Amino acid sequence: MKEYIYTEKKDTRSGFGAGLLEVGRRNSNVVALCADLTGSLKMNDFIKEFPERFFQVGIAEANMMGIAAGLTIGGKIPYTGTFANFSTGRVYDQIRQSIAYSEKNVKICASHAGLTLGEDGATHQMLEDIGMMKMLPNMTVIVPCDYNQTKAATIAIADHHGPVYLRFGRPSVPVFTPADETFVIGKAMILNEGSDVSIFACGHLVWEALEAGKELFKEGISAEIINVHTIKPLDEETIIKSISKTSCAVTAEEHQLNGGLGESIARLLAENQPTPLELIGVNDRFGESGTPAQLMEKYGLNAASIAKAARKVLKRKPK
Amino acid sequence: MTDLRKLESVASQLRRDVLRMVHAVKSGHPGAPLGCAEFLSAMYFSVLRHSPNFDMDGKGQDLFFLSNGHLSAGWYSVLARSGYFDVAELSTFRKINSRLQGHPATEENLPGVRVASGSLGQGLSVANGAALAKKLNNDPQLVYCLLGDGELQEGQVWEAAMFAAGKNIDNLIAVVDYNGQQIDGPVDEVMPLGDLHAKWKSFGWQVLEMDGNVLEQVLETMDQAKRLCGQGKPVVILMKTVMGKGVDFMEGSHKWHGSPPNDEQLEKALAQLEETLGDY
Repeated sequence: MKEYIYTEKKDTRSGFGAGLLEVGRRNSNVVALCADLTGSLKMNDFIKEFPERFFQVGIAEANMMGIAAGLTIGGKIPYTGTFANFSTGRVYDQIRQSIAYSEKNVKICASHAGLTLGEDGATHQMLEDIGMMKMLPNMTVIVPCDYNQTKAATIAIADHHGPVYLRFGRPSVPVFTPADETFVIGKAMILNEGSDVSIFACGHLVWEALEAGKELFKEGISAEIINVHTIKPLDEETIIKSISKTSCAVTAEEHQLNGGLGESIARLLAENQPTPLELIGVNDRFGESGTPAQLMEKYGLNAASIAKAARKVLKRKPK
Repeated sequence: MTDLRKLESVASQLRRDVLRMVHAVKSGHPGAPLGCAEFLSAMYFSVLRHSPNFDMDGKGQDLFFLSNGHLSAGWYSVLARSGYFDVAELSTFRKINSRLQGHPATEENLPGVRVASGSLGQGLSVANGAALAKKLNNDPQLVYCLLGDGELQEGQVWEAAMFAAGKNIDNLIAVVDYNGQQIDGPVDEVMPLGDLHAKWKSFGWQVLEMDGNVLEQVLETMDQAKRLCGQGKPVVILMKTVMGKGVDFMEGSHKWHGSPPNDEQLEKALAQLEETLGDY
């Protein structure tokens, strides 16, 4: 089992900010828009270096999505920045008609996703966005796991022609992926090989999955940990291959169980290789105020819950 | 000097096309495109600098966005009549496997369409973005956007209006089809728009008005609007039109917003409109 260590914790939104600056330097067609949250989205370095390529739209997200669609006509690659709530639910019809159906090359970059937004509470804790976005034809959905991967993903999506939803978060979390790792859209990453159970996770839950893997290892359980950073298109080959080895799985995400990564994997397995599966996520309820750690504990989105689910699914495994 | 008779003949043919298209599939929206026939004719045969050799980016060309996508039949007609695609294709309107969707779409790659529309209120935002892209690309051509008056009830339109003025988007001309009718009845009864001239002005726009059914006025006003561009402010034209214009029993009634004529009504209507360029 490979041991993952981290020397620092950083927020994934800062990875987005760093990636935006970098991709702005590499590609002069990259432009950015924000709806009054430049500080929260860490867009200020980009704005300072490319003021003429940044558009502050104010608190008008619907308009921002339309403007982004229009900017692609003329060859620009717009990155929109606001919270996940205002990046999806508030503007679903604008994204659906002007971006997804119209096949516009817009990168919807969504911060403060999930429970770990914390104290602001359920109004801002978006837990349905992966579902809404993955249902849209033409849309690619990406949920990177740490600072480095969010930075790499922010850079990589400029080279993918078509609408992308990139989801990241607010709190500081362990930085454990290599700084120089290239991000490949749609290619799940096997972080630890194992033979007893597969654990598929995305976003903040990937680190928790690794921690769960450590616990399970102590108990003599060999867990295969896979970072499914791209929810759509789903890396069906890697997932099926892992299941062929382990014959049972756990999924983990900071999102509703309805419409999330786990649901996509459940469908894949039901259609191809019916497999005992336990899903970790928020079960059809809204969040609430609290610290990120308290909330993840209360809603069962941590290493302990993942390990527990793994033990449970192992018992369901065909003998 | 634009040949007015040519524009009139296009408008007449456009009306015939629209009526025949919606009649053939027993669905669609004849009222608004009939009212905008002169405007669409003037735009594609005089006002716009454009090429039927369509490319999505439209660099070096004027761009036209139809925000009120239910005018699709009229737009498809003028696109076909100005060479974007074969007029024979108009017969596929709203039918299965057609590029001429009920509301305009890009997915089937129909030349002339740059963004899907139909769900109202979104076009002016897209036009804002396209106008910004023109500025970034140092492209001096203009961006036009047609909106319905009922559509102005959508809040996003006013977000876009605030943005365009606030960011000095002065390469943008919006045109409001002010026919005073919407699906459920007269706009003033459904949800009054108030003093539209004052509203746009207070949002920071330069406001012009014209009778959209009088070609000379359309040409003059569009010319005036172009001259107002480049002065730091966007331009809007409140275009008075008569819904159903050109067919006596359709004029001025919201009942023809989304209802096609039956066989007998079609015959009566076509008898009032000269076949100028040959039916498709």
